[in-house]
Amino acid sequence: MGNYLLLNYGEAVAMILFGIGFANLLLQNNLIKKIIGLNIMDTAVYLFLAEKGYISGRVAPIVVDGVQEVEAYINPIPSGLVLTGIVVSVSVTALMLSITIRLYRRYHTLNLDEISTLLKKEGL
Amino acid sequence: MEIIRNFPAVSILLCLFAGILSSGLKAKAAKALNAVLISVEIVLNFCALAYTIFVEAPFVYVMGKFPAPWGNEIRVGVLETFMALFFCVIMMLSMLGGAREREKEIEEGKQNLYYIMVNLLLSSLLALVYTNDLFTAYVFVEINTISACGLIMIRQNGRTLEASIRYMIMSLLGSGLLLLGICFLYDLTGHLLMSNIKEQVQILAASGSYHIPLVVALGLMSVGLAIKSALYPFHTWLPDAYGYSTLSSAAILSSLVSKGYIFLLLKIFYRVIGFDIIGENKVIHVLFVFGIIGMIMGSVSAIKEDNVRRMIAFSSVAQIGYIYMGFGLGTEAGTIASIYHVISHSASKSLLFVAASGLTDASGGSPRYRDLMGAGYRNKLAGVAFTVGSLAMVGMPIFSGFISKLLFSQAAIGHTYKMLPTLIALAISTVLNAIYFMRTVILIYTPMPEGLSKSGNREILMRENLSKSVALVCFILLNLILGLNSDPIIRLIQHGLEMFD
Repeated sequence: MGNYLLLNYGEAVAMILFGIGFANLLLQNNLIKKIIGLNIMDTAVYLFLAEKGYISGRVAPIVVDGVQEVEAYINPIPSGLVLTGIVVSVSVTALMLSITIRLYRRYHTLNLDEISTLLKKEGL
Repeated sequence: MEIIRNFPAVSILLCLFAGILSSGLKAKAAKALNAVLISVEIVLNFCALAYTIFVEAPFVYVMGKFPAPWGNEIRVGVLETFMALFFCVIMMLSMLGGAREREKEIEEGKQNLYYIMVNLLLSSLLALVYTNDLFTAYVFVEINTISACGLIMIRQNGRTLEASIRYMIMSLLGSGLLLLGICFLYDLTGHLLMSNIKEQVQILAASGSYHIPLVVALGLMSVGLAIKSALYPFHTWLPDAYGYSTLSSAAILSSLVSKGYIFLLLKIFYRVIGFDIIGENKVIHVLFVFGIIGMIMGSVSAIKEDNVRRMIAFSSVAQIGYIYMGFGLGTEAGTIASIYHVISHSASKSLLFVAASGLTDASGGSPRYRDLMGAGYRNKLAGVAFTVGSLAMVGMPIFSGFISKLLFSQAAIGHTYKMLPTLIALAISTVLNAIYFMRTVILIYTPMPEGLSKSGNREILMRENLSKSVALVCFILLNLILGLNSDPIIRLIQHGLEMFD
């Protein structure tokens, strides 16, 4: 078990990062810190994909010098997935930030619990 | 006839383009486009349903030029087309029922944005139903989340802003887990298409290798989708989001958005992993336990609630619990019961939201529980509709909820150790449902004592808000059809599940 962990240290780091991001997104009170957590979580998944897609000794799948053997290149699909994931993550982050700005203008705080108490006082 | 094979793909693309087109249109034109679009979708998906029933075989539609292991494809069977058709019908009735509220509650100049969100939401729902590719499913899950968030926050007040950020946080936690699960599965099998993954998973399961990563991947995807569809401990965003957003949003969110995720989970169970492996897996026990807790706790929260829309929202938590309990039984009968409950809950929950808004309109706009006294006399159609919805939720015979409860208990009987908990939870939950729904029905048919009448109270006739009346009548009919004529639908679900392999 232990030597597998050392062998796949990249994946292990990705999982630890995912945990850190997940816990931050779930438990932090500050909205900006939550969004940072979200980005750490998403980036950890990309690291995981990149680690899994890489085969040592091979290069990115862009044909140069006419080399066309499959053995020369890495699998392009994980890179494609990472790109798609980045697009999704950017748009979600933008949306989260815009809601945060709205909330900050209205309540002058970034603390989600404080916002909840202010809402209760508002009694809408 | 061959041309019908294109319809599912065309229906997804049409919604996407309509969404883009709406951004350049004025509110009125966007509304008309949306109405035309949903009608066209209903026709397209009805044709697809008729075609799949006629040829009695699912078909695969290749998107783009690349064939199976590399390209992207959608897969169309009886269950998929039926769900797509049903989602479109509910979407149409929800939009019809909340037309007046949308005009009142959404800022002038922002109304066309609402229709962009609705069109994108419909496209993502259809894509979730039809897709045969796990990563495409993930992308459309995110589109679904973003457009649902837009639907919540378009009515601007503090409550909806807070609800939308809470919704986003929970949803993103869920989609993070889902994405990680998909990546695990991709690493294990080397495929992204559901049918190819299933072949590889069957080989892995037969040889017993990579057992733990497989369980982890399944667990991550199940928990991710459970969080997104508001299974009990993850429901904190739900009451505010349903209670304070505009009426159409509440109806769409409760009856479509969460159901899209549940259908994706069903596809993962049947088409990605294989149900024989799921049945032996411990992950479904977790879903079962949380489902049962949700059934009871959701109803308890609903009893404590003073705001009638939040009460209906909490009842959703309980009903989602039912659905996950059915999955958790791990038998085909349990799954059929769950799918039937998805359908019956969608039909009756959106009915309840629209009817409740009719009742509050007749009570000076106050959603407070005690202000609704006698509202059933002031708005007769809404009163009848609320009663029908309540009876369906409680599970009275002739209404849709009865059939799903019957199916759940039939599925539970004979199960070695899940039979007793299921039946007990069903009994307790039914009683709790009856407490808060019947309490409300009795209240709206209690005449207001003389001299207590409030200034906002007024009579509402059926023709005053014609679109809402039409929507309510259609919803009532839908509930009665589901309750009285359940056999063909259950056979269709069975047939569709057989086609899943």
